[in-house]
Amino acid sequence: MDVGRHLNINIIPNTEVTALEGEAGDFKATLESNPRYIDTNKCTGCGECKEVCPVTAINEFDCRLNKRAATYIPYAQAVPLAYTIDREKCIGCGLCQRVCLAEAVDYSQQAKTAELGVGAVILAPGSNAFDPSTFDNYQYNKYPNVITSLEMERILSASGPYQGHLMRPLEREEPKKIAWLQCVGSRDINQCDHPYCSSVCCMSAIKEAVIAKEHASHDLECNIFYMDMRTHGKDFEKFYERAKSIGVKFTRARVHSVMEDETTGNLHMSYFTEAGEMVNEEFDMVVLSVGLESKDSSVQLAEKLGVDVNGNKFVVTTDKNPVQTSRDGVFVCGVFQGPKDIPQSVVEAGAAAAAAGEILSSSRYTATKEVELIPETNVVGERPRVGVFVCSCGINIAGTVDVNAVKDYAAALPYVEYVCNNLYTCSQDTQEFITQAIQENNLNRVVVASCTPKTHEPMFRDTLAAAGLNKYLFEMANIRNQCSWVHLSDRPSATEKSKDLVRMAVTKAALKEPLQEIKLDVNQTAMVVGGGVSGMASALNLSRQGFQTHLIERDRRLGGQANSLHVTGKGEKVSEIVSELVKDLEADPNINIHLNTTIESVEGFVGNFKSTLKNGESVLDIEHGVVTIATGGYEYKPEEYQYGKDPRVITSLEFDRKLMNNEFEFDKIDTAVFIQCVGSREPDRPYCSRLCCSHSIESALEMREKNPDMNIIILNRDIRTYGEREHLYKKAREVGIIFVRYSREEKPEVTLENGKVMVRAVDNILGRPLEIEADLLTLAAAIIPNGDIELAQNFKVTTDDDGFYVERHAKLGPSEFATDGVFMCGLAHYPKPLDESISQAKAAASRAVTLLARGTVSTNGEIASTNPMVCSGCSVCVSICPYSAPRILDEGRFAGKAEINAALCKGCGLCVASCRSGAINLKGFSDEQIFSMVSVANY
Amino acid sequence: MSDNYEPKILAFLCNWCAYAGADLAGVSRFQYPPTLRVIRTMCSGRVDPLYIAGGLINGYDSVFISG
Repeated sequence: MDVGRHLNINIIPNTEVTALEGEAGDFKATLESNPRYIDTNKCTGCGECKEVCPVTAINEFDCRLNKRAATYIPYAQAVPLAYTIDREKCIGCGLCQRVCLAEAVDYSQQAKTAELGVGAVILAPGSNAFDPSTFDNYQYNKYPNVITSLEMERILSASGPYQGHLMRPLEREEPKKIAWLQCVGSRDINQCDHPYCSSVCCMSAIKEAVIAKEHASHDLECNIFYMDMRTHGKDFEKFYERAKSIGVKFTRARVHSVMEDETTGNLHMSYFTEAGEMVNEEFDMVVLSVGLESKDSSVQLAEKLGVDVNGNKFVVTTDKNPVQTSRDGVFVCGVFQGPKDIPQSVVEAGAAAAAAGEILSSSRYTATKEVELIPETNVVGERPRVGVFVCSCGINIAGTVDVNAVKDYAAALPYVEYVCNNLYTCSQDTQEFITQAIQENNLNRVVVASCTPKTHEPMFRDTLAAAGLNKYLFEMANIRNQCSWVHLSDRPSATEKSKDLVRMAVTKAALKEPLQEIKLDVNQTAMVVGGGVSGMASALNLSRQGFQTHLIERDRRLGGQANSLHVTGKGEKVSEIVSELVKDLEADPNINIHLNTTIESVEGFVGNFKSTLKNGESVLDIEHGVVTIATGGYEYKPEEYQYGKDPRVITSLEFDRKLMNNEFEFDKIDTAVFIQCVGSREPDRPYCSRLCCSHSIESALEMREKNPDMNIIILNRDIRTYGEREHLYKKAREVGIIFVRYSREEKPEVTLENGKVMVRAVDNILGRPLEIEADLLTLAAAIIPNGDIELAQNFKVTTDDDGFYVERHAKLGPSEFATDGVFMCGLAHYPKPLDESISQAKAAASRAVTLLARGTVSTNGEIASTNPMVCSGCSVCVSICPYSAPRILDEGRFAGKAEINAALCKGCGLCVASCRSGAINLKGFSDEQIFSMVSVANY
Repeated sequence: MSDNYEPKILAFLCNWCAYAGADLAGVSRFQYPPTLRVIRTMCSGRVDPLYIAGGLINGYDSVFISG
């Protein structure tokens, strides 16, 4: 929606890039647009065409579980929300053209070619879910109750083929027992050529099992069959534990085959438990957790653009530049870069935008559009004159609601001066008509009775602004989504309800006041706290996008934890990455590096921060518009496994330091043991530290190379080499590194006996005790965030139970705080490997630039404000606000009273409902306005 | 109480979730009784306990808050 409405994002749907000439900063792209036979500018998305279309086709979006017409919208959230005619299925009857009142249907559309000049290109073509039809052992095509995880998503969705009712496809009965089979089309080179882990399927299977249990009308048995449970994302491990606590069963087994009982349609599976027993079990339904794979069309696109793709059909990138493809000026993000989940894809999208921004910053604002402002008429103190526009929405509303009766009813309401009925109130010509009606009838309030304000309020508000009316003097009555569409067979009631909704809207509209949006200047300087790799990468990008940046590091040198790291997952030397970043930063005149420096205090808010820095005795004040927090983390110092009592017991970071300092005598190490999850996935530190599995395997491979005769054993709970890191795991097994699993309940024991380090564990396959004499024991210790509480308080941001900073939204805002103008990246957000830290650093910079580049921030008009005469200064608003907008004034006439910062308030109204003194008013949703609606709502 | 009794319900729905859900119910053409009246708030936290009382005083049988 945000993208669809954005003034400067031009969506060119149904179009492919066929060639790309030129170089970074000056490309010429050739575009080929396929015809959709419906004019997107005219189509209102009313759906009349779909209703009359006589063709029945398979609904691909609902995974073939449902049908659609030949004219269709793939899904309700599609942007642009316009229909398409599937000419392969269309019989050309012309019915849709005849019923389309907007005259949008155009059978004569032809494919078009166009050229477009661009400075940078970002590839985000996504992926396909793996098609398990080729697997003869699961008989996906033959057995109706064997479905894919994508089909399960659609079944569980309220807008899906079964309206969210849990049913199995065969006879639409509710299943009582469901099995999920993991790694179908992932981590498999036997039946498909996908050696990588798809990263997302473990979590999606757990989610589906939990939701299925919620949707089930009776007790539902869910069993997930897996190899390694990979819940390595932020808060994922907690979700895994929660799933176990509500009864989702997890069985570590690779199920060989599925057989159908022909009479019942139930499915039989045989598998071996970890203890080696064979179990036969019957399930009502089997869900195949299918992996992700690049589309063939994406690979072809990469070829046309001259971008290298690896053997797994993912774009070749480096850990140092995770979004840079082999061609300058062409960037990649999402699954085409490598398998990943939504939060990580969104982070990477930010990184790609930031990388493109480096190329484009010199031409910023040369090709963008601005909204034209019309002087506003002052209507304060005038008697309300309300205009009501009742929409027919083709026949979407008029087919169920008697719109003329509603119009006549509205005309008789108090303060209503003008009413009319429109075929499509949202069409372009109606906007001009509304503007005219406002001016000719001196209207000072407008009510539109049509669809939902969620999609159309911004547009109608712009229409008011174009007529010189304050845009907040507008109210909508939702008589389509919440009336005509949900009462299709009850015309009288729907009409009466529409009248009620219009009456409520008119009553509220009459009480509306013009609201002002305050514009605040944004200081064009950025500050980055933390000089590790994340902080450095973020600062460098900010500077390259044209903004002066202060980089604050409390240590005496830059680099942070990366100074102790040897190589990345792709084998790049970390020291080289760090020294290159440091060199670039030091050479950059836009960057001020403050070493040995801490932050004493912070004042201000988005656009106007003032921070006091302290370096020894000297104090420095800097003003900045935004801040990125990249304070990183540190390695847990184990208290277990004899750590600190013997020099042969070390942590992963110590391992890397020793390796880099050449302190190991490899030929003297006969046996090296690694223990995973030391301090992670424990009751008091319930998260997975994400990178330790890959790190230990990298270290093990290095050891193996140095001494091929060394015995190397990795004791683990699950191996979480997600994505293409799975190659490391595969290689480790090939070269004979031994993996032994242990459980949280039965941990390995380490003792120091007669000068020997003895490790005892139970072999998970043989069930026999194992005794190893280790010459080196490396503990993969947890990553703990620095989670600087004082800094958090200074910038009014929060940390979670584990000490990590809390992002605005896990998916929609993973690199920013809920508090405006404050961004985050790196280990302070969650443990992550170097490439992901660099991605997030760039993403944070990209988000910061959206503020810096604008130069000003506009506040929302519908925000809360306090009346200091009534305020008792109790501070409830201060403690309850999620955005840190209210504060208690400490000086002036109203000292001790609360004041709300308009720049930070989001208008949620939490403080208003919580204020004991009734001192806070929410503009646009005042008590008076809501009560007026309540009092006229009854019928 | 007769068999076809339909309670009158006043709903306060959060703009970001429940209100969007009610919109989606429309898009999906879910049919429900026409006895619900919705007031949109930007957050269910905006709902003052007095609004609930207000709804009941004004003749509603129940008040529904979702967000």
